[in-house]
Amino acid sequence: MKQENEKPGESVSSEKRRGFPRRADLFLILGLLVVGGLLFLFFRLSAPTGNRVTVRVGDEVVARYPLDIDGAYTLNGGTNLLVVKDGYAYMERADCPDGLCIRQGKISKEGERIVCLPNRVMVTIE
Amino acid sequence: MTVAVAMVLSFVESQIPAFVAVPGVKIGLANLAVIFALFVFGWREALAVSLVRVLLVSLLFGNAVGWLYSLSGALLSFLVMLALRATGKFSVLGISVAGGVFHNIGQIAAAMAVLRSEGVLYYLPPLLLSGTIAGAVIGIASAILIDRLGNCVKM
Repeated sequence: MKQENEKPGESVSSEKRRGFPRRADLFLILGLLVVGGLLFLFFRLSAPTGNRVTVRVGDEVVARYPLDIDGAYTLNGGTNLLVVKDGYAYMERADCPDGLCIRQGKISKEGERIVCLPNRVMVTIE
Repeated sequence: MTVAVAMVLSFVESQIPAFVAVPGVKIGLANLAVIFALFVFGWREALAVSLVRVLLVSLLFGNAVGWLYSLSGALLSFLVMLALRATGKFSVLGISVAGGVFHNIGQIAAAMAVLRSEGVLYYLPPLLLSGTIAGAVIGIASAILIDRLGNCVKM
C-alpha cells in the first residue's frame, strides 16, 4: 500500500492511485455497518411495547383491540383471523394463497405491523 | 464547470424514483463532483461546488424546507470528507463512504431540529447501510474519474 503525504487543504497534483482501497477504508466501512446494525437492534429492542392493535382495511380504521386481553378476531368479513395472546398479536389465518401475513409472525412493539396486501389489511401496534 | 456537472447530476438523481420506503435513500450522484473537485482542485473549490450546488438545486427543483436538509447534509459531509482526507489514511473510497453517510446524518440532524422529534432517528440505521453502499459506489466511480480526468482538467 502506498503512503501519501498530503497536506490538508492543498490541491494535490501527484497522480498516485488514490482509488486503491486501503486498510483504513475497510475499517471505516465495516465500522459504519456495525454501528448501523447495533443501532437497528437497539431501536428494535428499546421500542416501547404497545397497548393496542389497530386494524385498517384500505385507508380506514375498522377496529382497535387491546393487547392485554387475549382474543381472536375475524377481520374484513372473514378473510383474516387475528389473534391476540400474551401481549402479542399475530395473524392466525388468511385466505390469500401466499399467507405472507401469517409468516410475518408476532408483533408487540409500537410501530410494528403486519400487512396483508391481497386483502388490503394492515394491523399496527399503537 | 464542476458546479454545472454537479447540478446536472442532482437533476438526474431527482428524476430517479425513490425505490425504497425510507426517505433519504439515494445514490448521491452529485457527491461525485464534490469529491472530484476536492481531489483535483482543492478544498475551496470543493466547498464552493457543494454550496453553490445546494443553493441552485434548492432554488430550481426544491421546496421551502428542503434546502435546510440539503445544506446541513452537504456541509457535514464536506467537513468529514475534508477531515478524513487530511489524515492521509483514507483513499477516495473511504472518503466517499464517509461523505455519503454523513450527508444522511446531517439531514437527519436537521430534520430532528426542524420537526422537534427524535422519531426521524429511526431512519438512521437503514440510512447508514444505504449511505455506505452508495458512498462506496460513488467512491469507486470518483476514483476512476480522478485517475482518468484529473490530469486533463487540471490547469
